[in-house]
Amino acid sequence: MNMRTPLKKVYHLGSAKEGASHFWLQRVSAVANLFLVIYLMGLIISLAGADYITVREALSYPLTALLLLLLILSGVIHMRLGMQTIIEDYIESEGTKIVALMLNTFFSVFIGAASVWAVLKLSFGA
Amino acid sequence: MANTNTSVGTKIKRPLSPHLQIYKPLINMVMSILHRITGAALYLGTVLLAWWLVAAASGPAEFRIASEFFGSTFGYLILFGYSWALIHHMLGGIRHFIWDTGRGLDIKTVDLLSWGTIVFSVALTLLVWFSVLVFG
Repeated sequence: MNMRTPLKKVYHLGSAKEGASHFWLQRVSAVANLFLVIYLMGLIISLAGADYITVREALSYPLTALLLLLLILSGVIHMRLGMQTIIEDYIESEGTKIVALMLNTFFSVFIGAASVWAVLKLSFGA
Repeated sequence: MANTNTSVGTKIKRPLSPHLQIYKPLINMVMSILHRITGAALYLGTVLLAWWLVAAASGPAEFRIASEFFGSTFGYLILFGYSWALIHHMLGGIRHFIWDTGRGLDIKTVDLLSWGTIVFSVALTLLVWFSVLVFG
């Protein structure tokens, strides 16, 4: 006997109520990261040992700034999902787990906000 | 041993199935563990990346402090480790993409892909640092 309602079956959301969205977002952000991180490594290598003015100019170049913003977005999404999995795997106590999951979100948002702020200031700021 | 509360409140020690410490480390298992460890390290390391960006946006004095840190021996050590973790996690991700398609799941290919991950991650990290020395 199946106790699930037809509506629940149609949604395919399972007990976590989110279906495959965690898995899928992890993969989509991973693909984005793959390309954007390769770009970032090239950027950092080209700026190794560079002085302040050179770094500022390179980071405020429009395409560079745009790609950095995209990397920050997909990077933060990816790392939050990954750490969520680690927390859910190893923390058994329900209370600690909820606090850790919240801190994970706060940390990811903070890193994202600080980085976005920096890139925008480099692009538009004085 | 797992402790289970009985209805009268005493604990019964039940046997657990064998865990990590009892198995001989296999390359696939080691790469799986390293994928998680490098992921966690990259997570924490984003603080440094954000710091670098914020320092560059803040001004020359702030940027010099960050530059001196990254230019120090300790800074180089951190950057070297971070670049390896990044490349290793990236190759591990590609390995997982291959598995996601249902391919390469026989033991021989699993072992090959796992060895490939560690060998290429070290080789590419050295290549990256070689290019830093040449172009930097």
